Amino acid sequence: MGNKQTTFTDEQLEAFQDCTFFTRKEILRLHGRYRELAPHLVPLDYTNNPDIRVPLALIVTMPELKENPFRDRIVETFSEDGDGNQSFNDFVDMFSVLCEASPRELKTIYAFKIYDYNRDNFICKEDLQQTLVKLTKGELSPEEVSLVCEKVMEEADLDGDSKLSFSDFENMISKAPDFLSNFHIRI
Amino acid sequence: MGKNDDCEKQLKAAEEARRKSKNRRAKPQRKTKKTSDDEDDEDEDESPKKRGRKKKKRDSDDDDDDEDRSVKKGSKTRKKKAKDESEEESEEDNKKKKNGRNTGGKGVSKKTKEEQNKDKKGKGKDKDKGKDKGKGKGGDKKKKGSSSSDSDSDEESMSEGEMEALKEEVEEKKKLIATLRTKPWRMKRRLVHLKEAQEFVEKFEGALGKGKGRKWYAYKVMMTKKLIKFKRDFENFKTACIPWERKIKEVESHFGSSVASYFIFLRWMYGLNLVLFGFMFGLVILPEILMGLPYGSIARKTVPRPEQDTAMDFSVLFDFNGYCKYSFLFYGYYNNDRMIGVLKFRLPLSYLLVGVGIFGYSLMVVVRTMARNSNEGGEGAEEGEFTFSWKMFTSWDYLIGNPETADNKYASITTSFKESIVDEQENQKDENIHLRRFLRVLANFMILCSLGGSGFLIYYVVKRSQEFAEMENDELSWFEKNEVEFVMSLLGLVCPPLFETIAELEDYHPRIALKWQLGRIFALFLGNLYTFLFALFDEVTAKLEKEKIIKNSTIWALNEYYANYSSFHNTTDIPPPNIHPADVVRGPCWETGVGIEFVKLIVSDMQVTYLTILIGDFVRAVIVRFLNYCWCWDLEAGFPSYGEFDISGNVLGLVFNQGMIWMGAFYAPGLVGLNVLRLLTSMYYQCWAVMSCNVPHERVFKASRSNNFYMGLLLLVLFLSLLPVVYTIMTLPPSFDCGPFSGQEKMYDVVMETIENDLPAFIGNIFTYATNPGLIMPAVLLMILALYYLNTTSKGYQQANNDLKRKMQMARDEEKNRRNNKDSTNQVMKDLEALLPNRSLAPPPEEEEEPPPEVVVDKGSKSPKTKPKKKAEKGEKEVDLQKEVSLAAQNPKSPVTRAPGSRGAPTANPKGPQPGKERSRGGASK
Repeated sequence: MGNKQTTFTDEQLEAFQDCTFFTRKEILRLHGRYRELAPHLVPLDYTNNPDIRVPLALIVTMPELKENPFRDRIVETFSEDGDGNQSFNDFVDMFSVLCEASPRELKTIYAFKIYDYNRDNFICKEDLQQTLVKLTKGELSPEEVSLVCEKVMEEADLDGDSKLSFSDFENMISKAPDFLSNFHIRI
Repeated sequence: MGKNDDCEKQLKAAEEARRKSKNRRAKPQRKTKKTSDDEDDEDEDESPKKRGRKKKKRDSDDDDDDEDRSVKKGSKTRKKKAKDESEEESEEDNKKKKNGRNTGGKGVSKKTKEEQNKDKKGKGKDKDKGKDKGKGKGGDKKKKGSSSSDSDSDEESMSEGEMEALKEEVEEKKKLIATLRTKPWRMKRRLVHLKEAQEFVEKFEGALGKGKGRKWYAYKVMMTKKLIKFKRDFENFKTACIPWERKIKEVESHFGSSVASYFIFLRWMYGLNLVLFGFMFGLVILPEILMGLPYGSIARKTVPRPEQDTAMDFSVLFDFNGYCKYSFLFYGYYNNDRMIGVLKFRLPLSYLLVGVGIFGYSLMVVVRTMARNSNEGGEGAEEGEFTFSWKMFTSWDYLIGNPETADNKYASITTSFKESIVDEQENQKDENIHLRRFLRVLANFMILCSLGGSGFLIYYVVKRSQEFAEMENDELSWFEKNEVEFVMSLLGLVCPPLFETIAELEDYHPRIALKWQLGRIFALFLGNLYTFLFALFDEVTAKLEKEKIIKNSTIWALNEYYANYSSFHNTTDIPPPNIHPADVVRGPCWETGVGIEFVKLIVSDMQVTYLTILIGDFVRAVIVRFLNYCWCWDLEAGFPSYGEFDISGNVLGLVFNQGMIWMGAFYAPGLVGLNVLRLLTSMYYQCWAVMSCNVPHERVFKASRSNNFYMGLLLLVLFLSLLPVVYTIMTLPPSFDCGPFSGQEKMYDVVMETIENDLPAFIGNIFTYATNPGLIMPAVLLMILALYYLNTTSKGYQQANNDLKRKMQMARDEEKNRRNNKDSTNQVMKDLEALLPNRSLAPPPEEEEEPPPEVVVDKGSKSPKTKPKKKAEKGEKEVDLQKEVSLAAQNPKSPVTRAPGSRGAPTANPKGPQPGKERSRGGASK
């Protein structure tokens, strides 16, 4: 914003504020960050909603995501095409869900999606294994991994179909004490 | 429906005709409303109902209504609704679906319509809407004009109903706009919806706002719009005002959320102190400076003659003597004029109210923050119900953005998984329990000794300082003058590490050890603070004695002066004695003394904290970093290493610092300002220190609910610091020659005075009645009763909660069992099952076992959590035993696999083993 060039029109900013948990300043900052990723690709002027996507490989280099073991999944989940190519809308959406103000229900939905590696709307054992391997950098032995996965299933799987449906996941997450404080990225 | 058949046909015909001619969209839209079915009868089903409703509504209005018209109306309202709904369905594919369905369901007559629909679909939505509306209205009017005489009134009522529906719709849209951000949709879809909803609202709000009698509505709408806009701007402004967001984020990404939580707490504290400072400064300090008497006009605002030579020396000022002591920083400076300045500001009253109000405000803020924090959920599950799931899904801290921290986090997560696995495998290690017990008792004994020792030391030092105070100032060294503060800071510095060393003896789990450590440090600080206070009280009583003597002698001297004057000059018109304010004999002014003690304490605490950081962290880091090139062993990895950020110690320090502020603020109004400065520098200094010379924790503690933990500590400290202040306000007599309350019997007499003199008499009466013990006793009784009642109800809720939980558990187990039974239909499993001893699969014993916990629950609601667990453990053992007997533990891992089922669900035990077996075998084969 400012004298030199407008990035967004006022209506656009208002619309973004209506659709996300961000303030005007934060949206502009987000745009700055977005543009930083690919300066040659992303224009400064966004008033006419250009259809531009930044590939996953660039997005995961952000310091906020760089160390996250689930970075690829996060970016994929929030990209519209599912391959991690994010438009600015997706980008804002991602950080809006992950910001502090967003409610537990919303976060739960997206957390479920993130942990659902094969996108079948269930977290099955393979998903769990993948999560665990990512989380421990493969430090656990295969027996330990399968043991832990079984445990998780036993604990959280309410209907006994040996995969976690969303309701199972929600039930488990809603009681977790540090979900909200940990599933949160400050931008 | 039967008796309405006739009219229904009519209706339908009319409806169709109308629809065809006027509203092409109505049909498909109505279809969407009931997505399940698209039979025609359904349509008919619905229409009479609606019509009926409509009719009833306007029974009084149009008794001579003919069938035709009522139909119109029915269909019209419906159409309206349908249309509205259509607007909600925005997506293209949805529309297509509708159309498709339409083709299937409807007859030939509808095909034409459908075509028209398709035509329309191409056009913009808005246009569509406008057309709909316009047509609807136009049609309305036409019909009415033709049909009946009471058209005018009818139009009124009609548009009224329409209005209602529209209003509802608009409200709905608004709600959608408000909650859009919480919808799990893609951004694009959200934006589209937002736009549509906004347009809709815009359009129809305008329509609703037109006409007479609706101005109010229009006005209201406008105001809400403005309000929303204002709120958003205010929100933007507010977030722009929150300081150090970037700084904290930086720390957060390096050290995880737990370290950052300290800084957030520090920031919160800063905000609180800023508000307190605002009160203090605006209502006490500023009025006294602006409107009160200037410095040097009266004795209490003047440095006494003997001190004047050294009053400007730095060493004196640094001890808060000299000019500092007789400045607005301390209680003694304030005058006891009831009103000052042109505003007739009642300073003494304001002083008292601000002093008490600070506590009130802090209490309110702390409690509110606690309530908000606790609302964030995360409660309700029993410990251990979801150990592994939580570790799996919630242990990664998404804030971490630093490779080193990330590595630590990975390591700690792996360790915690391994720990849990081990925990599962062997719940109870059988060690030398006696030795451990002995060690623990010993450790506690040692810690108690050191606590007592530190308390005694402080008491001794404070006593000694009183002796020093008697002596001449010049004879004392710097150390002797600041002994108290020095010793207190030193104790705060030495004891925590000592406790930590002693705690090694105990060999607790780190988490429990941390709790013990916190509790002990808390006890230490608290003990020190209270010893200090008691010693201070001794001093105060001594000063009060001294003051009494001085007061008597002053009065005596004054009387003497008057007597002499009158006898000498032989007149009754005596001018006040002409003594320079600096020469007036004055009392010790214990309030200022207490204030100075607190300020000195705070300052020395600050010095020690900053020095500790400088030496303990910075110098250490520098040495480790640069000496590492020429040292025998690896300094960075080996012994000294870099410092870690001590969260618990820092938080406790902050909390106690705040406690001292609360206590001292009454006697030293400038203290709050000082504290604001301290917190400000502390923020920058500690941020710098933590970023430049600390390393992330090896064990990253979780910050869960720690916020409320800090707040709880703060609340406790607040309460504890409230006690002495209120005690002094209510019981001790204020000094006779300094401070705003001089001349009063007790400090709170200012309030009484105000009530008597400035407020109408009846308020005074009410107050007298209210303070009557006869009224207070019942009030207290009532409160106790209310407390009891609330407690009982909460217990009831808790019980209901537990019952529900158990029910859920049971349902879950049942489900599982059912499935498992289905699974195990093969013959081998059945045979195996038959081979198992009775104990494991027969439900009866289980049922017998069920009642006891319930009884326990009924009896005492404290135990339900522990009892079932015990039972679970018992069950687990049972199963293990049984398993060993029956299956001889094919593989060492299998008991583990089985345990949680039994642990989580006592009821699942009997049938649990079977699937477990299956699974464990699978695991083994892998």
